[in-house]
Amino acid sequence: MDLSSALHLAIPELILAVSTLGILVYGALRGDKSAGTVAALCGVALIAAAFAAAFGGHGKVFNGSFIADGVALYAKVFIYIASAVIIVLGRGYFERLNNNRFEFPILVVLATLGMSMMVSAGDLIALYVGLELQSLSLYILAAFRRDDAKGSEAGLKYFVLGALSSGLLLYGASLVYGFTGSMNFDAIAAAAQANPQVGLIFGLVFVISGLAFKVSAAPFHMWTPDVYEGAPTPVVAFFAGAPKFAALVLLARTLNDGFAGLHDQWSQVMLALATLSFIVGGLGGLMQKDIKRLLAYSSIANMGYALLAMATGTAQGVQALLLFMVLYMIDTLGFFSVQMALSRKGVAVTKIDDLAGLSKINVKLTIVITVLCLSVLGMPPFSGFWGKFFVFGAALDAGYWGFAVAGLVASVIGAFYYLRIIKLMWFDGDKGEIDKSPFEAKWIAYAAAAFSFPVAMVALAWLYPLAANAVKSFGLN
Amino acid sequence: MTIGLAHYLVVSAILFTIGVFGIFVNRRNIIIILMSIELILLAVNINFVAFSTHLHNVQGQIMAMFVLTVAAAEAAVGLAILVTFFRNRGDIEVDDASMMKG
Repeated sequence: MDLSSALHLAIPELILAVSTLGILVYGALRGDKSAGTVAALCGVALIAAAFAAAFGGHGKVFNGSFIADGVALYAKVFIYIASAVIIVLGRGYFERLNNNRFEFPILVVLATLGMSMMVSAGDLIALYVGLELQSLSLYILAAFRRDDAKGSEAGLKYFVLGALSSGLLLYGASLVYGFTGSMNFDAIAAAAQANPQVGLIFGLVFVISGLAFKVSAAPFHMWTPDVYEGAPTPVVAFFAGAPKFAALVLLARTLNDGFAGLHDQWSQVMLALATLSFIVGGLGGLMQKDIKRLLAYSSIANMGYALLAMATGTAQGVQALLLFMVLYMIDTLGFFSVQMALSRKGVAVTKIDDLAGLSKINVKLTIVITVLCLSVLGMPPFSGFWGKFFVFGAALDAGYWGFAVAGLVASVIGAFYYLRIIKLMWFDGDKGEIDKSPFEAKWIAYAAAAFSFPVAMVALAWLYPLAANAVKSFGLN
Repeated sequence: MTIGLAHYLVVSAILFTIGVFGIFVNRRNIIIILMSIELILLAVNINFVAFSTHLHNVQGQIMAMFVLTVAAAEAAVGLAILVTFFRNRGDIEVDDASMMKG
């Protein structure tokens, strides 16, 4: 394929890359008073990229290192939209803190560009460079409140563990390269099929560990609760959704494209990670008093479902993964916006106990939290139920009965802490008036709750075939 | 004795292990953690270059260039975060990074 048609397939990335460079120069010249304009321009760039991805063509270009296929485009559209929402949330949040620097939206877009390279990566070099572009931007975002002691500690912890995980991934990549003689996934798949050596499997395990760090699957979850607690809330809302989706799609592509012949080996690793995530996420959440830490453990348990879907190695499994992650992303976005909407006398509500009696003060937000809690714990007919339904369906068809039961048990344990929140809000004595909720956080929370029920029922009729079509590009059965 | 692929791989595995242990065993200074991270990335580079010459395939060396570049960016970001941490705490002991637990 010639250069112009190759560039044509990379239009979403080109829009993001070129516009961030331009916007960055503009912001640097105008200073922090341009923060509003910069945020608006970044939002426009993301929406434009989402449109370009939605109507983008399919193909494999740049010597197979850039893949634009159904799965990549599906993931890109949702990642871009999620990032645009984060820019809106972050703009209001940092303005209220008088910490309104123009770099925030630019870093979000750079991280998004990294994610979009990740979901399109067709060889180990593109994989690594995309992953690092995303990670480096996220390290800075985690420490974005540089005057806050907890924020900089969160950034430091995330940086150290993130850099370690990149090192593990890279060591694995070097072994994979050495034992197959190629960086390209297709060539790796051919070599792995012909001659699956011990060194290659060793490298594969390292690559999976590195990516498991990024999606915060147990036993690589240590950073999650601390970073969730310390980092600014809009940044955490970002961490919880888009980067994990991108890393999971990247993992699915690496495993199903590059190591299709080694499914027996990697499915065991994925099942072990999933089971551990169920245990850690379920039990760890029981003892938490902080809302964001609770959500961190909840996200660990939810990554277990995603990995269980991926372990199947079937088209049905990858489709369940794509659906589950989109529904989950919307739920967490709602959860964190609700948390941003709640404050007392200018101090954010962070403790679970501070939610007590909320129904007597603000019924609308109480209903939003109730809906989101029921959705994340998997109660029908809320959206979270459908995500888990597809995951369990794929797991049962692949014959993973025991692991599906483990997932159900984790759901039941999770139900305990979600139901406790609901009980606190509706039946306990209240703790005093809350401040007026910021406009954007409140409405994003309403929208997420409305999506969870009833919009999801309608949207799924459109999402399900979309994901089914996307998965066809993986060529699985 | 000729130096073959295996020797390079062993050296790189040793460096990698030292790097990983440097992160987990070290209880003193965060700068040492940054040094350990660099050590890990350099170990990986030795692997890539050794495989690249062994396989007569240039991709490994290209990857090594990318790793070097990213390592430089990573060090810059890491040190910047470390500076903000130091300004808030006045100290960079590893045991100090424990405001949040649970």
